[in-house]
This record gives sequence, C-alpha cells and structure tokens, in this order.
Amino acid sequence: MRGTEAVDQSRRFLEICNACRYCEGYCAVFPAMELRQKFSNGDLSYLANLCHDCRGCYFACPFSPPHEFLLNLPQAFARVRAETYAEYAWPRWLAGTFRRNGTFVGLLAALSIALVLGLTANLQSGANFYRAQDAAGAFYAAVPEWAMVGVAGITFLFAVLALGMGFLNFWRDTGGGAVLQKRPLWKALGDVLTLRNLGGGGHGCNDRNETFSHTRQFAHQTMFYGFLLCFASTSAAAVYEHGFGLLAPYPFLSLPVFLGTAGGIGMIIGILGLVWIKIARDPAPVARALMGSDYALLILLFLAAATGLLLLALRHSAAMGMLLALHLGVILALFLALPYSKFVHGIYRSAALLRSAAERSAP
Amino acid sequence: MASLGNGLLQMCSRIRYYVAQARGAAIGENKAYDLLVAGGGNAALCAALTAREAGASVLVLEHAPPALRGGNSRHTRNLRVMHEKPTATLTGSYTEAEYWADLLGVTKGKTDERLARVVIRGTSGILPWMEARGVRFQPSLHGTLSLSRTNAFFLGGGKALLNAYYDVAKRMGIDVAYCTEVRSLALEDGRVREVEIESAGSKETLRPKAVVVSSGGFQANIEWLREYWGDAADNFVVRGTPYAQGRVLRNLLDQGVAPVGDPTQFHAIAVDARAPKFDGGIVTRLDCVPFGIVVDHEAKRFYDEGEDLWPKRYAAWGRLLAQRPQQIAYAIMDNKAEKLFMPSVFPAVVAESVAGLAKALGLDPGALETTVREFNQAVRRGVFDSGALDGCRTEGIDPPKTHWARRIDEPPFLGYPLRPGITFTYLGVKVDENARVLLEDGQPCGNLFAAGEIMAGNILGQGYVAGTGMAIGTVFGRIAGREAAKIARH
Repeated sequence: MRGTEAVDQSRRFLEICNACRYCEGYCAVFPAMELRQKFSNGDLSYLANLCHDCRGCYFACPFSPPHEFLLNLPQAFARVRAETYAEYAWPRWLAGTFRRNGTFVGLLAALSIALVLGLTANLQSGANFYRAQDAAGAFYAAVPEWAMVGVAGITFLFAVLALGMGFLNFWRDTGGGAVLQKRPLWKALGDVLTLRNLGGGGHGCNDRNETFSHTRQFAHQTMFYGFLLCFASTSAAAVYEHGFGLLAPYPFLSLPVFLGTAGGIGMIIGILGLVWIKIARDPAPVARALMGSDYALLILLFLAAATGLLLLALRHSAAMGMLLALHLGVILALFLALPYSKFVHGIYRSAALLRSAAERSAP
Repeated sequence: MASLGNGLLQMCSRIRYYVAQARGAAIGENKAYDLLVAGGGNAALCAALTAREAGASVLVLEHAPPALRGGNSRHTRNLRVMHEKPTATLTGSYTEAEYWADLLGVTKGKTDERLARVVIRGTSGILPWMEARGVRFQPSLHGTLSLSRTNAFFLGGGKALLNAYYDVAKRMGIDVAYCTEVRSLALEDGRVREVEIESAGSKETLRPKAVVVSSGGFQANIEWLREYWGDAADNFVVRGTPYAQGRVLRNLLDQGVAPVGDPTQFHAIAVDARAPKFDGGIVTRLDCVPFGIVVDHEAKRFYDEGEDLWPKRYAAWGRLLAQRPQQIAYAIMDNKAEKLFMPSVFPAVVAESVAGLAKALGLDPGALETTVREFNQAVRRGVFDSGALDGCRTEGIDPPKTHWARRIDEPPFLGYPLRPGITFTYLGVKVDENARVLLEDGQPCGNLFAAGEIMAGNILGQGYVAGTGMAIGTVFGRIAGREAAKIARH
C-alpha cells in the first residue's frame, strides 16, 4: 500500500484510538488494532477494509469534530478503502477505473446496454425479435444461445480471475500467510453471512445518526441474499437446460423462476433500504467523494433486478425481445464492472475478516 | 451527471439533518417548566429522565453545543457497581462492605458515610435501569482486567451512554437548550425564585418549581484556580470539558449554601505536556513513570518513581507535578521500557544518546547526563518484573527509586514531557440523602437539588477510585430527579 494522505491520516487517528480503546466492543477493527503498536501501510489497508462503516466509533468518540483531534475514523477508512481498490486492481492498468468510478460504471452500463440492444435488434430478424412468443426456447429465438452463453461465460470467468488476483494482491500486501486455514475460514464465512460486525455488539449500528438500528444490516443482507438467489436461479436454469433438456422460458413455479423472482424482489427491497439510509443519514462521517461509486453499483444492481422482474412479467408479450436484450445488457455491464466497481469491497472485506479470524485464533 | 445527482442527494441529506438538529435545540413554547436541570452530563440526564418519568415537565440547560454536550461524562467509560452475583458483564461479587472499604481507603476518611452508603446501595440493581434507557455494557476493556469484577463498562464509553440518554430524553419530551449557560439562581428563604440563563448573548429569566444543579466542578476555570495556585494554574492541563466553569457552584456558595471539600484541591494525573489545554481525555495519560526516571526542568530527579504499583500512584504524580517549579517534568527511559506501557497519543521524543535526548527535550545535556550516570551507578542488581513490586532498586542516591530500577543505557533513549492534568475539583455543595442542597445553617433548600460532580465532594473528599464519579452521578441524579418531581407535582 502506498503512503497517501488518507493513509497517514488514518495512522494518526489510530494512534489516538489505540491510546483510548473505548470502542473495543463495537467491531473487529479495534481488537485487531490492539494487537499492534505501530501501523504499517499494509496494516492500515487491512484495518480499513475490515471496517464495515457502521459509524459506531464516530458517534461514541469524544475526539470527533469539533474537537481539535478531528477524529473521524469511518471517513478516513473509507478514503483508504477506495485507494486500496485501485491499488489491488488487476490488471494494473485498469486501476484508473477507480478514479471516477461512478462515471466509469455509469458509462460502462450505458455502452453495454446500447451494444446488446443494437446488436440483437440488428442481427435478429424483426419477426423473431418483436414477436410475442412463449414456446420453449423463445429466449434463444430472440438472442442466440451461442452469443448469450459465450459472452456471459467469458465475462464472468474474467471477473472471477480479476477478483481473485485482487484478493491475492490484498492478501500479500497485508502480510501474506496461509489462506486455507479451516477454523478461520469458517469464522470469516460466518462473519460474511451474518454481517455481525454491523451489529455493534448486539444492538445494531449507527445507520443514520447516534441512535442504533439493524436497518442497514438487514437491507444489505436482503440485497446480498437476493443477489445469491438470482445467481442460484441462473445456475438452476443451466441444470434444467443441460441436465434435463428443458429450455427457457420456464413456468412461474419452476425453480429458476421462483429463485429469480424472490432474489430480484430481495435485491430491490435491500437496495431501496440502502439508498434510503444514504439519503437520511448524518453526513459527517461520510467520505463524499466515494458516493458516486456507491450509487453506481446500487443503481446497476437495481436495474439488473428490475429488468429481470419486468422480463418475467412481460415475457409473453411482444416486448419480450427488447426486454431480454435490455436485461442482458445490464447483466453484461454488471459482469464487466464486478472487478472495477464498489463490488470489490466484498472481496477485500471478506479477506480482511479472514485475516482477523486467523489473527484471533493464532496462539 | 453522476456527481451532480450525488451533490443534490448530499444537499438534501444535509438540510434534513440541520432541520432535525434545530428542532431539537429550541426551548419549547411553554416556558413554565416544572423542573430546570443545570448541566447536561450523566447526572443531569439521570435527573431529567427520572423527573420526566414521574410526570414533570423538564428543561435541560446545557452550556455546550450538541457535539460537545455531556460535560466530563463524555470522557468516562465505566461505573462501579455493588452486586451479589455475577452479571452479564461483571464477574464475581462486590459487596457493600468491600465497596465501602475501597471508598474509605482512597478518601482516608474524608467522606460522609451516610451519603456514601446511599451511593453504594443505589448502584445495586442500577444496570437494568440504565439498559432500559439505551445504555449498553461490554466486558471490561482489554488491559483493565483488574476492574472486571467491580466496574461495568459502557459499550463505546461515556459519549455513547450520553447519546442513549439524550435520545430517550428527546422521545420523552424533555426539552434541551444547548449553548445555554445558567448565570445565576436567586435564592430567597432557601428557595430558588428565579433562574437567569444566557443563550447566544441574550438573557432570560425562568421561574421553575424546582431546580437540579448538576453543572460540575470548576476545574476549567483557570482564573478561579489562580486564586489558590497563582501562575502555576496557567500550566495545568484540563483533561475534561472546557465548560466546567463552576459558575453555578460559586453563585450558590456566595448565597450561603454550605460548601464541602477542600477548594484548593483537585484530582490530577501526569499527562503528556503536548496535550490540548482542554478535553484531551484519556489519550494524553502517560503510564511510563515507573519504567524510567523523572527529572524536572533542571534535569534533576525529585521523587521515587518506583514507590508503588502505578494504579496506586498515578494520581499522586498529578499533584507532584502541580507543585514543581514551572509545573513540568520529563520522563526519561531507554529502549527496554518501550513496550511496557500503553502507547500515548503522542510519540516519544527519541534520541541515540542521553545528551541528544536532553537537547530534543530542551534540557541541559550535561545536567541530564550527570543525573542518568548517577542513577545508573546507584542501580542494584535484581529480577525485573513490571507487574509486581520487584527487587530492582537503587542505593545511595536521594531520592531513591525503590522498584523497577534498571540502568538507562540502551539506545534509543525515549523521553516524554509531563504536566499535571486536572480531572476534577473537590469543592462542592453540601447535600442530604435526598440530594437537597444544604444551607450553611444546616437547613435544606426547599426546591434545590444537586447531583454529580458539583456534590461529589460529599463522598469523595479526596482521592479517587475508578467508576465512582459515574456511580455518584447516576445514583444522586435519580434521587434528585425523583425528589424534584415530588415538589413539582405539589
């Protein structure tokens, strides 16, 4: 990790925190801090990514502004996190995508949608594209199978590769060590699945102001599990097609449609909750320059869920071809953006939780 | 586009936020409050909540702005609790007898046993009351295991506790006027007739049925401290809120209220001399004294640095420093000491030689070298143990260092400048067990109550033991609120 102004500021703040330690019970950051007396740039990258931005420490802090120490750890950590996203991006030359990330993701989405819409509308005969049809294989009649599966497969595999390289870059920079340790892995998995660090020691986090609530934890996990359900839906569809020779569209009560519907609704509820918190919250501990990146990913995920649900609702109408192309355009944008958007926070957060679990279980 | 949308959203949230803040800040339309509470710390809020729950209308007058509200409670972290059985966060038991023995020990008898026992018994079963009003507890902090049996730690510390109380207060319809100072209370025949308050330069007079004063001591009033300490007061660091000006305290004492506690004395500890003048809180504290030597402005030692275990001596060093010329001293250590104490918020001054360290600290290099050489020659061999009274001591120098004495000879050398950091003053108003303020003739005031630091001197006439300030504030805050509400209802 480079030494930047945000890194230096975080170090100054943590030296104050380490002499105080009142926030020890809030989350994993402070016990990890207490294992150290000095903070290397790698340590700060680790701790910043371990921070879930629950803001408990800001509202509990007797040294936050207007105190002359101006202590604002959530804001400083958010700035460091954004820098680590660029630092660990793979390949290196794409690090610049994190500079104006909101704009980048927005443009990428617009281009992907235009590309898919344009190509399908021009490559397919109008008869197939604009006609109401509901026979099995209707989706492939609108967008050819080779294109759908080929593009999805390549972009998805690339995203997995890029995210994996980012993980390794983070892991090495924050101290290396074995990744595959059984107990820490289980512990970290539990932390990810429950987001217990947004629990503030049991009573929730400071979503909006100095009062506590579980809204953000709930909203994030509703979105997160919704996303996983959508993923499961796609996987189930692949099994239907290649395992049983059943071609989409599937009936409403089939596994792929059921999972996708539940997931899509979950994502939308979760995203609306997260956006509402962003609008309603006290802005003092927020790193404002990063809001664009946050909103861009939320909007993209919202579009993915909304176009999917719309496609489900209108798949028997003449709009199906258009909606399918739109949905696939959004999904393409999402896959392309995965390693170059706020999405990466999930990778580094999980990695940091793994490191924290490993540190705590070390003798 | 993205940044424009972003900006608009930010603006919206900012406006909403300030509107919400302003709404909470004004004194209500109805100025005829049953109860005025002077101060906005733990004791004040406990009094306000209790009185409101008993049906009184309450106005809290807080001198500080919202971000700095809460007096010294902002800097606290725990409360000493009597308990028979382990609780969710407290181990073992801590009986009334043991609690009383601890109080008696630190105050050396300068305490009112009746009031002390009111506090001790009052803490029994107090945790559920606090939890019901939003306070959360956690196991004792790392490095404070010695307190895990006696002291309940607030999750997030005192400011988180205050946030919880203020939130409940708002929802219960208690009005809070921020940036509002109580200027004077007009006492007539032992009753408060009027209260003069000042907010943003404009004065106002209120006529409540009862008043609770919980506005702290006067430790932030340097002018007042100068009356006893002269120019030395300019060199004191005030660890807590700058709003503890003692205006209400002096106003009451001037009108014939009975004082308690030595006006010249305060609780103080050794803090880093680079600390802010006010509000440095816990992070400026320095625990390194036992692991090196301490010299004055002439680079000479002046007191046994290894007299006893640090938790028993750290308050003594505050007093010692206050009494030194120029109120400054320097802790000098070598590399061996670095890992033995909690890091302070300021880095040590580091040098490769003793003379270099002296220069960096602004001391005479020759004088410091002499002091260190003489000390090193006096060190006798022993087995060092930072956690116990060990056998490492000096012989043949005055003053001696009786424990943890090791030669200072391993570079790099470390130094910290030290000043006295005042926690609170002991002077207060005398009260009875119903928190009624007593007049000099021993009669209780009819509608005036006190809670918190302003009356803590009744119980803590000298010394301190962790968590008693919050215990006194919480117990007497509740008593004051209960009694004030009784009067307000009649």
